[in-house]
Amino acid sequence: MAPVDLGSGTGETLLEVTGLGKRFGGFVALDGIDLTIARGERLGLIGPNGSGKSTLVNCLCGTLHNETGTVIFAGKPLNGLIAHERTRMGLARSFQLPKPFHSMNLIDNIRIPLLYTVNARPGHHMTDAAIAERCEELLTHVNLADKARRRPRDLTQVEMRKLELARAVATQPTLLFADEAMAGLSHSEIEEILAVLMRLNEEGITIVLIEHIMSAVMSFSTRLMVLVAGHKIADGPPQEAIRNPEVERAYLGE
Amino acid sequence: MRNGTFWLVIGAVGLAFIVLTRLFLTNEYFYFAGYVVIEYIVLSTAWNILGGYTGYTNFGTGAFFASGAYSSAVLHKLPALVHSTFGVTMMPIPLPVMILVGGIVSGAMGLGTGYLTLRLRGVFFAIATLALSIVVQTLIVNWDFVGGSRGIYIIRPALAPISGGYIQYLFTLMTILAVIAVGIARSIERSRLGLGLASIRDDELAAEASGVPTLRLKLVATTISGALMGMAGAPLPYYVTYLDPASSFNLAYAVNSVAMPVIGGMTSWIGPVIGSILLGTIQQVATVTISSALNLLIVGVLLILFVIIAPNGIVGLVRSWRRKRDF
Amino acid sequence: MFSLFVNAIVAGVLLGGFYAAVSVGVTISFGMLDIANIAQPAFILLGCYAAYMTNLHFGLDPIVTGIVMTPAFFVLGMAVYRLYYYAFERRGDQAIQGLAFFFGLLFVGEVSLVLIFGVDYRFVSASYIGPSLHFGFIELPLRMLLPCIFSLIMVGLLQLYLSRSFIGRAILAVSQDGVALQLMAASPTKIKQIAVGISIATCSVAGSFLIIIQPVEPSIGRDYIGRIFAICVLGGMTSMPGMLIAAMLIGVVESLTATFYGPSWSPAVAFGFLLIALAVRPAGLMGR
Repeated sequence: MAPVDLGSGTGETLLEVTGLGKRFGGFVALDGIDLTIARGERLGLIGPNGSGKSTLVNCLCGTLHNETGTVIFAGKPLNGLIAHERTRMGLARSFQLPKPFHSMNLIDNIRIPLLYTVNARPGHHMTDAAIAERCEELLTHVNLADKARRRPRDLTQVEMRKLELARAVATQPTLLFADEAMAGLSHSEIEEILAVLMRLNEEGITIVLIEHIMSAVMSFSTRLMVLVAGHKIADGPPQEAIRNPEVERAYLGE
Repeated sequence: MRNGTFWLVIGAVGLAFIVLTRLFLTNEYFYFAGYVVIEYIVLSTAWNILGGYTGYTNFGTGAFFASGAYSSAVLHKLPALVHSTFGVTMMPIPLPVMILVGGIVSGAMGLGTGYLTLRLRGVFFAIATLALSIVVQTLIVNWDFVGGSRGIYIIRPALAPISGGYIQYLFTLMTILAVIAVGIARSIERSRLGLGLASIRDDELAAEASGVPTLRLKLVATTISGALMGMAGAPLPYYVTYLDPASSFNLAYAVNSVAMPVIGGMTSWIGPVIGSILLGTIQQVATVTISSALNLLIVGVLLILFVIIAPNGIVGLVRSWRRKRDF
Repeated sequence: MFSLFVNAIVAGVLLGGFYAAVSVGVTISFGMLDIANIAQPAFILLGCYAAYMTNLHFGLDPIVTGIVMTPAFFVLGMAVYRLYYYAFERRGDQAIQGLAFFFGLLFVGEVSLVLIFGVDYRFVSASYIGPSLHFGFIELPLRMLLPCIFSLIMVGLLQLYLSRSFIGRAILAVSQDGVALQLMAASPTKIKQIAVGISIATCSVAGSFLIIIQPVEPSIGRDYIGRIFAICVLGGMTSMPGMLIAAMLIGVVESLTATFYGPSWSPAVAFGFLLIALAVRPAGLMGR
């Protein structure tokens, strides 16, 4: 599956979600979510714990199956496509709790998405040498090149987060979901991750930042979306969305 | 070591083994016992492709192994059936062909079982393989053409295609199969497929999110694993000359094919080889001295102990000992 | 013909009641707590042989033995969980090793029984093995009726316990969310230990029922793996009423198959159900 060719313009619609719903038994995790993401945007997605943020990412990326709603990615409907097919189309995500391949070193961790996503797309074929080079390149971008031959168990928390991001970036995505990549990190570590994400966005990747750390979200996002209990209650420029009375109520209580 | 070189090396080792044993070993018992040990090399290596490389446990080795054995039994009786039904004389089917057929039958069974259960979590696949063994046994028990529960007598051909006794011929074939199995296992290990399987083992969700087509790869592993087990079972009727469900579905096959890779080490091709040579030889010696049930009990206890204390097997122990030494 | 059909269904229902007792332990350990104890049949067989020994040497009624031995089995279950926790759960998700562990237990259990008791069929004698109740042409063998009734009582008691008692509700809570329980300062490990203890304790009783219904020998445990997990999965994993219905269903179909096609096909029935059960489950890796 080729990554979607978007032409050169920004501002055109990249992802269009209509009426997305997900239940777990009797529990409604997501209730009719509508969402549009434009190419080049930096969308911040916030909400209290359990509001459905990760569920939304899981549904969009194919890890979970949504019961209702349609998802259209650059004009192509995603319904019915499973996770690895969506990744090959250009949707990538990092996991909230890093999920590295613990039996391999960092280079092989990066090699997997290169072999199975980039090389799987028609017309793209990287030689083994090119792949090895690209692995080093990607690890250098996140300052992990010196630990390239180590295993994930030798990494610190923030390094694991960076590996997680590097692996997602290796798929050459058009749209990247960064799911709580900064939880539990120190201020300087947060800055580090934000810098990486900013640079990726400048290179043309549309980014959805799911976070709890308000300062990071506010400084990073061009648009803010707020989820509470499976409903979207705000969607607009960050400063406006924050001042929405419902958002205040959700975070601060009545 | 490059893969091509590896094939040459194990091919040479296998050839040397066959030739040297033929030249110097005349004791028939060695060939009988050796056959079983080498059979286990094939079974453990096959099991490990799905178990150690991919992380999916198969408890139903018996089903795949016995399917290979019984497909040979069917092919063995085919000429007589064809003759009595159509009056046409058909050549007896050569054993290598039976081995291929056994591989196809068991490979298809692996594919089918996988297709039905691999979309779910690994534990359901494991449970399904346990039940599969019982079901295939039930089918065989109810199938009169292959003797049902009474079993079937298989008469070995009078002459072996190579000089020497028939048992030496079986031994030779099994050695070749072992070389092929080990070669395939290592090729997979070093290939793109092997890396993909390892990613599935390490974290299936992350693998899928990285673009790995997990279901497809799992099906490939299950089919290859099942096929190799079926090929190992195909010569069995000629080895035992009396084939019946009780012995071909013997739980020993299921336990050993799990215990040998676990004890040897699941992450590399060499683990199953070590485990099967070690455990297989011990069991062959023990069967003579102690009862076969006690023998199996020891295997079961060893499995439990290793799984708790040394989950990476002997290979894992050697590796960590080496690491400690380097500090 | 009709009476044969009806009696097959009746026998199936009685069998189903017994199958519920056999499966309730796995519903707790696997359905609720995600511990794939495939060694459950080994513990059931242990219960069979315990009942056999006391019946042989002391003339004790098997059901009495089954009930009396539950504390011992409970302790055994807790010990098994401790070992499992220490070796596997603590280290994180090592699925294959955990499964191999239980498989090893199942195997060691069967082989040990072979070594101690041999492969001959063993049976118990009791006053209710043999006679049947008759209602018209319907026959209710007492050796099936009594285990069925006691099984239903046991399942009912367990359901009450799980839904009313503190520990029972804690078990249900752990099955939903172990983290939430930790926040309530109750230890999920202790709760799981008790739950697995209960799960194995049911084997004492279920085993005594089994040897009343039919003579046993060590390898019949393998037939039960498919049945137990088919019933658990088909019943929805965590639901006792669901499990009961699934048990009845499998019991009836097995009975009909045995009556009209021969008993040698029974194991295939359970497997067929297992496949169907796995097929109709909510799809996907993240489902339970």
